[in-house]
Amino acid sequence: MSTTQEKPMTLKSLSHKQDLLSGGHRMCSGCGAPTIVRQVLLAIDEPVVIANATGCLEVSTCLFPYTAWRVPWMHSAFENAAATASGIETMYRSLRKQGKLKKEMKFIAFGGDGGTYDIGFQALSGAMERGHQLLYICYDNGAYMNTGIQRSSATPFGADTTTQPAGSKIQGKTQRRKDLTRIMAAHNVAYAAQASPHNWKDLMTKVKKALATNGPAYMGIVAPCNRGWRTQTNDSILLSRLAVDTCYWPLYEVEGGKWTINYDPKDKKKPVTEWLKPQGRFKHLFAPGNEGLLERFQKYVDQDWESLKKLQEMSKS
Amino acid sequence: MAVTTTKTVAVDGNTAVAEALRQLNPDVMPAYPITPSTGIMQSFTSFVSNGKVDTEVILVESEHSAMSAAIGASAAGGRVATATSSQGLALMWEMLHIASGYRLPILMALVNRALSAPLNIHGDHSDGMGMRDCGWIQLFCENAQEAYDNTIMAYRIAEHLDVRLPIAVNMDGFIISHSIESMQFIPDEEVKKFIGEYIAVDPLLDIDNPKSIGALVLPDYYMEHKRAQHEAMTKVQKVVQDVSAEFAKLFGRKYDIFETYRLEDAEVVLVALNSAAGTIKDEVDRYRDKGIKAGLLKPRLFRPFPYEEVGAALKNAKAVCVMDRADSYGGFGPMYMEIASALYPHRGPVLFNKVYGLGGRDLMPLDVDQVIDETIEVAKTGKAKMAKEYITVRN
Amino acid sequence: MKQMNWKELPHAGTILKAGNANEYKTGSWRSLKPRWIEENCIQCLFCWIYCPDSAVMVKDEKMTGFDYDHCKGCGVCAMECPGKKGSKAIVMEEEGK
Repeated sequence: MSTTQEKPMTLKSLSHKQDLLSGGHRMCSGCGAPTIVRQVLLAIDEPVVIANATGCLEVSTCLFPYTAWRVPWMHSAFENAAATASGIETMYRSLRKQGKLKKEMKFIAFGGDGGTYDIGFQALSGAMERGHQLLYICYDNGAYMNTGIQRSSATPFGADTTTQPAGSKIQGKTQRRKDLTRIMAAHNVAYAAQASPHNWKDLMTKVKKALATNGPAYMGIVAPCNRGWRTQTNDSILLSRLAVDTCYWPLYEVEGGKWTINYDPKDKKKPVTEWLKPQGRFKHLFAPGNEGLLERFQKYVDQDWESLKKLQEMSKS
Repeated sequence: MAVTTTKTVAVDGNTAVAEALRQLNPDVMPAYPITPSTGIMQSFTSFVSNGKVDTEVILVESEHSAMSAAIGASAAGGRVATATSSQGLALMWEMLHIASGYRLPILMALVNRALSAPLNIHGDHSDGMGMRDCGWIQLFCENAQEAYDNTIMAYRIAEHLDVRLPIAVNMDGFIISHSIESMQFIPDEEVKKFIGEYIAVDPLLDIDNPKSIGALVLPDYYMEHKRAQHEAMTKVQKVVQDVSAEFAKLFGRKYDIFETYRLEDAEVVLVALNSAAGTIKDEVDRYRDKGIKAGLLKPRLFRPFPYEEVGAALKNAKAVCVMDRADSYGGFGPMYMEIASALYPHRGPVLFNKVYGLGGRDLMPLDVDQVIDETIEVAKTGKAKMAKEYITVRN
Repeated sequence: MKQMNWKELPHAGTILKAGNANEYKTGSWRSLKPRWIEENCIQCLFCWIYCPDSAVMVKDEKMTGFDYDHCKGCGVCAMECPGKKGSKAIVMEEEGK
């Protein structure tokens, strides 16, 4: 049952809870993903079981004979966290139905954008359509970072990656990114949302909502990666904040067909160049002659933002 | 003492296996339909819709997800079964290794069908042979009765605490899956008693004892993991024999790790899996009537392969023709390679290989006769004309 | 940790000691080290919620220092620290100074 309304969530009250991801994992210094995982796990009051796609998070948090997880955790392959979680959740339902299991549990699958947008897309779509009681969370760093910064369908337009490098003829990624959160919303899931670790309260509230809802839920969370974004180790929170303030990564949620923008910067909306500029992967876009590409990037962000506002407007009852 | 309450029925192979699965009542069954195994899933889902089982079915969007969900469900802590064929198994291939590496006693009904290309929906063993290095226990069945019995025995073998490995029960697509035979079912309560309660090992849903399943393992530990997995395989044969002995005692039908047919004094021997063995038995009888010492060896347990026992059973033959319903292109047929390994210590009979019946091509009694005739010739001359040859093919 | 042989491995390689990564020290990765200046600290706990390495120690709702066994020295805490009247409560210093 939902505990969302019980008492205001403060960092002081949360600080009494045990961290369910221990230190000593091997994620890179300053990585955004473990902060996201910590926030997700701190948001939950019920027992939770995790399925994890192959990726940075998986290889770095569970390297035999060590595990950083203090909750039941399972990894099986790259493209199938949603299917693996489907199996776990279904066994739970079967054993509960037969009276062989008493405790209530929640189920979360974690995947990076590779394991979610691309190779794991089919398994995710299937699991969401089947209606399992599980929350799928994509920590989206916008490339295959674990294997060395190869392009994914979540990679932003213009970004330099090791498989679509910026060169004299091609200026990084030539396509727009896939908007997976909207595709998940189009599955008519019980809950779909975007979040960012800089806004911990919004993120954690969404996790609670997602788990309290009756049906499958999806959350996309922006996860700065200083190796792939070519930034400093200390700016992951700063960059996740800028992603939201520029409306590159709007915070919104979709519940029962209702679209809600959780943060609208209005006249404080920053130009996307403020988010792009500190990132080495976009450096070439600032070279003379590439002004058009920056304009295109801004146009894409504006189009998405405007259409999101329309979706919010249209879904108001 | 054998029970007397078995029920004689006329059903096809898919129906027989579905009935066994109903009686086994797995907790979760993820599956994706594919010819010719679809019948198993359709019968089973009708059991679900009519409240005949406790099973939760997951109607996944692919076989890759079927095996992934099976792995998740099994690790969670309960009985899991699935059914597939051919391309479906091929799509699962990545996950087959993970099921065995995680030591999960998942049961798979594998209705053998040819692999594409060219696309073909009929029976051969290229799917089953393609999974021989995946760490699964593999049982092969001649007919619907064997498929039913082996399915009933499968959990007992796979879940044995010395073993804990996934198991695939193979039968020939269409030839068995879609052919109606007279056979016997065991009463529900007898099956229930025989398989017993499931014992979970380190279940993920044991929330009070959180564990991590599926760590990254680097060169410092990978080999130790694989060595431990190999050890489990070495325990399988005895468990198969023990479970089969118990089964025979209770239900009257005897199974061993392989079946021999008029093999004791045979000089001319054929080796073949599954339904072809039925045809070969008839022809062996005809040649015996003519005074030819012909015989058959039909493996039941293909992984782990009982090399020692098979070698001992074949070593006194003069010539052995191994018949493969699959090919390892550029190599001998997969069964031939096993038999050659089994006979290596014995310097025994002359060995040669025929590849037959691919993509559902019939193996007729006349084809078997030609093979026996050639084997007689090889026994006489001590020389095989061709080490490996395709038969039942237009030359 | 002494390396296990194959007979000593847990069944299926499952790790039964939840959170034992805590025994693995990542503090040696650091080139910069966070230093806490208590008088500038307003106890907002932003350092705690944003730390990727669970390396900010909190007791009775108050930040009490760093777990240098696990802190990798990324500097997110210092970056996000609002401090008091413009003075940061966390500063990054070169390791070994």
